[in-house]
Amino acid sequence: MTLIDTRTPNPKSFIKGATGDWEIVIGMEVHAQVLSESKLFSGSSTEFGSPPNANVSFVDAAMPGMLPVINAECVRQAVRTGLGLRAQINKRSIFDRKNYFYPDLPQGYQISQFKDPIVGEGSVFLDMGGAEHIEIGIERLHLEQDAGKSIHDQHPNMSFVDLNRSGVALMEIVSKPDLRSSDEAKAYLSKVRTILRYLGTCDGNMEEGSMRADINVSVRRPGGEFGTRCEIKNVNSIRFAGQAIEFEARRQIDILEDGGSIDQETRLYDPKTGETRSMRSKEEAHDYRYFPDPDLLPLEFDQAFIDDLAQHLPELPDDKQERFIKDYGVTPYDAMVLTLERESADYYEAAVKFGNGKRDGKAVANLVNGDIAAYANSQGLSVFETHIKPGQIAGIVDLVAAGTISSKGAKDLLQVIIAEEPEGEPAEIVERRGMKQVTDLGAIEKVIDEIIAANPGQVEAVKAKPTMLGWFVGQAMKASGGKANPQALNELLKKKLGIE
Amino acid sequence: MTDLTRLTLAAARAGLKAKEFTSSELTGAYLNAIEVGNPKLNAYVAVTGEQAQAQAKASDAKLAAGQGGPLEGIPLGIKDLFGTKGVHTQAASHILNDFKPEYESSVTSNLWRDGAVMLGKLNMDEFAMGSSNETSYYGPVINPWRANNSNAQLVPGGSSGGSAAAVSAWLCAAATATDTGGSIRQPAALTGTVGIKPTYGRCSRWGVVAFASSLDQAGPIARTVEDAAIMMTSMSGFDPKDSTSVDLAVPDFAAAVERGVKGLVIGIPREYRMDGMPAEIEALWQQGIAWLKAEGATVRDISLPHTKYALPAYYIVAPAEASSNLARYDGVKYGLRDTGKDITDLYELTRAHGFGREVKRRIMIGTYVLSAGYYDAYYVQAQKVRTLIKRDFEIVFNDGVDAILTPATPSAAFGIGDEDMKADPVKMYLNDVFTVTVNMAGLPGIAVPAGKDGAGLPLGLQLIGKPFDEETLFAAGRVIERSANIDFSPDKWW
Repeated sequence: MTLIDTRTPNPKSFIKGATGDWEIVIGMEVHAQVLSESKLFSGSSTEFGSPPNANVSFVDAAMPGMLPVINAECVRQAVRTGLGLRAQINKRSIFDRKNYFYPDLPQGYQISQFKDPIVGEGSVFLDMGGAEHIEIGIERLHLEQDAGKSIHDQHPNMSFVDLNRSGVALMEIVSKPDLRSSDEAKAYLSKVRTILRYLGTCDGNMEEGSMRADINVSVRRPGGEFGTRCEIKNVNSIRFAGQAIEFEARRQIDILEDGGSIDQETRLYDPKTGETRSMRSKEEAHDYRYFPDPDLLPLEFDQAFIDDLAQHLPELPDDKQERFIKDYGVTPYDAMVLTLERESADYYEAAVKFGNGKRDGKAVANLVNGDIAAYANSQGLSVFETHIKPGQIAGIVDLVAAGTISSKGAKDLLQVIIAEEPEGEPAEIVERRGMKQVTDLGAIEKVIDEIIAANPGQVEAVKAKPTMLGWFVGQAMKASGGKANPQALNELLKKKLGIE
Repeated sequence: MTDLTRLTLAAARAGLKAKEFTSSELTGAYLNAIEVGNPKLNAYVAVTGEQAQAQAKASDAKLAAGQGGPLEGIPLGIKDLFGTKGVHTQAASHILNDFKPEYESSVTSNLWRDGAVMLGKLNMDEFAMGSSNETSYYGPVINPWRANNSNAQLVPGGSSGGSAAAVSAWLCAAATATDTGGSIRQPAALTGTVGIKPTYGRCSRWGVVAFASSLDQAGPIARTVEDAAIMMTSMSGFDPKDSTSVDLAVPDFAAAVERGVKGLVIGIPREYRMDGMPAEIEALWQQGIAWLKAEGATVRDISLPHTKYALPAYYIVAPAEASSNLARYDGVKYGLRDTGKDITDLYELTRAHGFGREVKRRIMIGTYVLSAGYYDAYYVQAQKVRTLIKRDFEIVFNDGVDAILTPATPSAAFGIGDEDMKADPVKMYLNDVFTVTVNMAGLPGIAVPAGKDGAGLPLGLQLIGKPFDEETLFAAGRVIERSANIDFSPDKWW
């Protein structure tokens, strides 16, 4: 891999050192567990949380004479992901053996793809807020087996091995060294996770370990030569990724500014201390003795196979975002927030289109990203996971559009649905609870006349200072029990008071 | 009653069908022969008498009802490399101490499906690495053949030495074997038996302990070409559990045996005429040519120019794959475990005590050739050589050659503990000089006994065929067998 710098140094991301500015260079290897019923080369289940060694076949346990057979669904998932990353799909790829000894690696080698991966170069777009959009290059994606798990806390002097994960399919998504700050790194991880979840090729649950990242960090003078990198292994949260990069960059800068040099090594991030520590140096690095796995033929498929998968690919976040802006007139920010999760985007769109209605997408977005998002956050849920149905959202927006309730009334109505009537139908609630705003001018007129008659002093005052109209609006609204249509009220008061 | 163990597989099958004797009687005769012969020959590492009797009884019930498969009631020996459920499966290695798998290899499953009876597991070179059967953890197998007027013990060849010796000494009707660089054909040639390594992909490797995955193939050793063909038909077949197995219909190989060679073009490769090759081997080769000509074949001189690189390239590819395939024997999951103070000790002690010298030598060679900085010079280069060897054969076959005739081995059986070979492992590796090319190219090859050397020891010829054209090999092999018309029965001394 030749390193090419595709980015223009951005002072916003520089880190101040004692001797001047520094720039961080970051490349990511994301390990994403493929969503599939069974493992990459065996029929064992991939179910999470099974009792230890429940999902282990003879192949997973590396019994003598056992042979791997490729799981076609894992291949489809890798190709789908490659398409989602706008990447080159390689019709011929090769599985290699990566040889090393470890108790939770039963074969004594991991089947991976070394020289000829299934997916080649692609790209991911990041929206860094405002007008800043950056493109991060994808170097490759390859399929490989996960290892099992060693358990060291169950016995005074023995370790236990759980092979449930042994042989589960992983996609390793390798980025180019295009990231320049911890914020970009976090945005990248988040975007990759969004894409994987849209595609349904990985659940992206970092706490369960189904997505983790190895982060390569180096520092340099802005725009200068790439520095020596350190690899931070197995980071399992986006927040930790940001912290680990910040710490590591500062550590490297301190060393360099003290006249030292960086040793290429593998490091671990400890979330408790917020620090990275050395795991093994370059000298201790394994010689993995990669060679093509003779038990497996080269993996080959034709263009029709790719085309078929491409045809059935779901709409991707970038495309959806663009469409929401274009079709529903929402702001780019709202579109970005709405499309972070595929289900939330679907939820939003279901509300917009509910009952074949055509309603203002912006109004729906305001409600979803506003009060509903606030409620969802308070519950630790995503908007689509709340009990509020798209039909209810549509109902509320329609009532506002028809002038039946005011936007203040909409807030109240939503509170009723949240707290009191989770299954309630908005129009019915408004009707039953008398929440309709009054637009009948005849009824309002009588109230207004009474107020004008009872307050001659105020009438004089408003003529001198038209902004005093607010006092009359307040009185009239109070008298109507808050149900008067504020706009109609305004118009009528102005007319009656003879102000313009 | 005649000795039932002396019957060919075909004759035994006919006798069973005609109810001249039962499988229980036949099986009993073999178990007796094993009891007498095995202490001397050391061909079996495990004898499964009770299971054999039970299987024979079940076969007898089927045969009595006029039913049963193509191998119904036929007692076989199984090389210890094949996984056999609940039965000793150790690849003749200490590292698989007490290992009995919970599964049955696809090839042996096919044999039981067709009604065969298992007598036990056959000795072999450890992990199939060897050409004399002296690397077995269970000690060497003794060749039933002895030189004229000599009591010196000879090797049966390897790695399928137990299979070859057991077939030759009437300790089974036929045997399974495997061939990575000549491990079926060389011992067959050294014991006067017939052995065929089919095309790579013809037999499933599932459940067979791996040596070098891209070269390993199962095949039979039998007393006649016809017997080998009958065995081959049952052992073969596509297996979805082996990605390298080929989805092709299996012909009735026995039907091809009497097809003859009339009109066939037989290639004689000039590169197989090695320096220092014994005159007897050369003479036998010429004799083979004459027999095939006499039966109507055309003989043509051909060139396979990359032959001389085959053996060195083989000794890079095979150890490389083996070093990785044998990594799973680490003391963690099954087999031998020697413990020390930590996991590294466990690995080192288990592997130090579990593997024999030759296996360790090959693991070290394989680890070396795959190492960073050496990979391109060795492994990649060897793969290129392999491609060239394959192309040599393709050119010849595309040019109209139907099969190629060569010697099977550079000499007859040699002595146990041969000092020369002990001192220089490469001398031992040279035993496979005529056979490894076939594995490197993935082609089928058959060894047929064709004559005897001056000391009365059997010598074999090898026929190499086109991919998946084992039928031509059986036909041509039968012509050699018929033309030689020699009784390849060793004088019984055990």
